[in-house]
Amino acid sequence: MTPHPAIELAGIDKSFGAVHANKNINLTVAKGSIHGIIGENGAGKSTLMSILYGFYQADRGEIRIDGKPITIRDSQTAIASGIGMVHQHFMLVENFTVLENVMLGAEGGQLLAKGVAGARKELKRLEAEYGLDVDPDAIIEELPVGKQQRVEILKALYRGAEILILDEPTGVLTPAEADHLFRILKVLRDQGKTILLITHKLREIMAITDEVSVMRRGEMVATRKTAETTVEELAELMVGRRVLLRVEKGEAQPGKVLLSVKNLTVKDSRGVTMVDDVSFDVREGEILGIAGVAGNGQSELLEAIAGIRKPTSGEILIDGQPVAGLDPARLRELGLAHIPEDRHHMGLVLKFEEYENSVLGYHRDPRYGRGALLDLDAIRKDAEEKIAKYDIRPPNPRLKTANFSGGNQQKIVVAREIERDPKMLIIGQPTRGVDIGAIEFIHRRIVEMRDAQKAVLLVSVELDEIRSLSDRIIVMFAGKVVGEATPDAGEQALGMMMAGAV
Amino acid sequence: MDYFDIFVSILGSTIRLSIPLIFTALAGLFSERAGIVDIGLEGKMLAAAFAAACLAYVSGSAWIGLLGGIGISIGFSMIHGFASITNRGNQIVSGVALNFIAAGLTIVLGQAWFSQGGRTPGLTGDARFSPIILPGADFMRDVPIVGPLYANVISGNNILTYLAFAAVPLSWWILYRTRFGLRLRAVGENPAAVDTAGISVSWLRFRALIVTGILGGFAGAYLAIAQSAAFINNMSAGKGYIALAALIFAKWKPVPVMLACLLFGFLDAVANFMQGKSIPMIGEVPVQIFQALPYVLTCILLAGFIGIAHPPKAGGVPYVKER
Ligand SMILES: Nc1ncnc2c1ncn2[C@@H]1O[C@H](COP(=O)(O)OP(=O)(O)OP(=O)(O)O)[C@@H](O)[C@H]1O
Ligand SMILES: [Mg+2]
Repeated sequence: MTPHPAIELAGIDKSFGAVHANKNINLTVAKGSIHGIIGENGAGKSTLMSILYGFYQADRGEIRIDGKPITIRDSQTAIASGIGMVHQHFMLVENFTVLENVMLGAEGGQLLAKGVAGARKELKRLEAEYGLDVDPDAIIEELPVGKQQRVEILKALYRGAEILILDEPTGVLTPAEADHLFRILKVLRDQGKTILLITHKLREIMAITDEVSVMRRGEMVATRKTAETTVEELAELMVGRRVLLRVEKGEAQPGKVLLSVKNLTVKDSRGVTMVDDVSFDVREGEILGIAGVAGNGQSELLEAIAGIRKPTSGEILIDGQPVAGLDPARLRELGLAHIPEDRHHMGLVLKFEEYENSVLGYHRDPRYGRGALLDLDAIRKDAEEKIAKYDIRPPNPRLKTANFSGGNQQKIVVAREIERDPKMLIIGQPTRGVDIGAIEFIHRRIVEMRDAQKAVLLVSVELDEIRSLSDRIIVMFAGKVVGEATPDAGEQALGMMMAGAV
Repeated sequence: MDYFDIFVSILGSTIRLSIPLIFTALAGLFSERAGIVDIGLEGKMLAAAFAAACLAYVSGSAWIGLLGGIGISIGFSMIHGFASITNRGNQIVSGVALNFIAAGLTIVLGQAWFSQGGRTPGLTGDARFSPIILPGADFMRDVPIVGPLYANVISGNNILTYLAFAAVPLSWWILYRTRFGLRLRAVGENPAAVDTAGISVSWLRFRALIVTGILGGFAGAYLAIAQSAAFINNMSAGKGYIALAALIFAKWKPVPVMLACLLFGFLDAVANFMQGKSIPMIGEVPVQIFQALPYVLTCILLAGFIGIAHPPKAGGVPYVKER
């Protein structure tokens, strides 16, 4: 007798109002395998997984776990059926310790004291078995995202999960952290656990999954054995057309220096020096890429240039004019546009409707207002144009921004900043959590900006992205610029610099 | 009266004036740590005071009065929960509405039942909580320094006073040492984390509000049947708001809550003492200055001069399942 598949979904259907997020989904996942799920932004991947985890309820359809049909009414039932989930946006209590987060909901009795000792022991065991090391007494908000994610995995394993769902786990990780995660996932699989992995990175799919399913516009369009498919085929299945997986661009035609940073030093709120005596120039008509492992001062550098954080010392010049310490509104007037690294904290107000976010920061523009009042019709019309041009889905300017999928949220920010036709564009992680079709689109826009003789400063932790877009690359490590390279520098050489080994 | 006697008497009234604040602020602590802002503390206290006075009068038992106060206060809490948890309404609006209902209903019902202009009949004997003289109080009275403190500040309070001070470590223990406390603190910070851990957010918040109701009932009963011997119109007189200020001042932590309430009670006691007296060189100080001080201090705190007050992150926001 062949063992039952770990998961069987039959005819799952789910709508949010007018949005049909999942249409008649069928999916079978074998026990002890890593099953990838890919699809464009808004294809319905997170929705499907949230249904399996009991966070949402399907309108129709059946779920079978180990061959047994079950109704998953809430997360409690899902946990009891051995399903654990690491959400796209972590579900952690930030001012709690790791231990408290792991225990929450599985405390082992009315009093905490009883459970704590057991939980510590179990954490030790999980750490030893899977290489999931985190200090149980650390406070979540003080941990880097990679560690926070481990806490999420520990939460699931602590509850005895046999099926682990990971929703875009590598979006926020450094390459080294991602490698570590994959090692952990392989160990888990080899111990017979079943893993569902959502990702936009086809390379990861090829590297780690056994099977892969493709979703498009709410439908499950194909399932393939990973060994029998190619990146090109998957990309085409996802987007429904051929996708260019490289960036096409001509020679740069750099002009005069537009943005200049001189001996810039920035301290964070705790007084730690995050940017240490950094100098560089960005010319019009070129893309300067800043490579580096996350947390080496790139974020603070971007924030200082964008006027969000006051530099401690040093100069920032736009067109030779000192601008350090000016507020973001003034900088926008000077032609500086900023696509922030973190769309949720800085780029968008999630509770606003799409059209409100589409002009955020530029709402004082006379085009959008009549005196003290906003001209809502003009703003909505403008938003509709951006939606059409950037293919933002669903194409509804009145939808609350929180209800767009991550990639579409990113497109809202990109559209807002690029469509202003700024002189300079500074960009942090332009394609985090964005599907390949949209990546192709956003990359092309960035190159177009360069070709229109704009100065572009690009920060990304994705080495591939930096190498394929930049005309020049500088590498940051521990707050300092440790080297400069050309885009054809080998991955190895750049990697060494990023690790501070040069 | 020499200065020491004045000091002892102010200390004694500090205790008496702090007790309703402590109960109420702890009540607020449980709801706010669970993410439900409760501006309706004032109304709960008032309604509970009225219910306690009525029931104590009718039954002749202070304990039954206390139970009545707790019952009505829990009822108010549940209405607040129904509006703001079940129906995801605005928590401030619901709280303010309950305050108005309490202020109006107590007068109307009091007048209808007892025809004393909204007062309830005076309570005597077992119908109110009377002072407990601790062993040795009389004997100790003559010992210098310690004696008067023991006899007038520590001894001679009613049972609810001692319960209030016991409620502080108990609250701490519940919040930090029990499963319920852990979940309660979590749901006030990130309800989605609680939900995905397989715990019902609504039920958890309702349970927190039940605790709030119980403590609010104690506060009201203290006012009507321990400190006084009847219900008087609007006898809570803004204490619910002062307690809320104390809660913020204490950064939502039990032991600091007690200290903040004692501080505010002390200011109140000083204000009472200073009434009609003049200070050499300065003259008569208007009592309003002392009455305003708790709010002024809280504002200074909120402005960031005394450390930063981080309210529970999910406070005031109804929980909707979405990412
Ligand atoms: N709570 C909600 N209310 C309304 N619409 C929603 C809600 N959640 C998701 N949607 C919509 O359902 C569709 C599917 O969204 P989902 O988040 O599942 O996409 P996804 O495949 O995970 O995308 P991404 O790769 O960008 O994370 C989208 O169009 C989204 O806007
Ligand atoms: Mg998603």
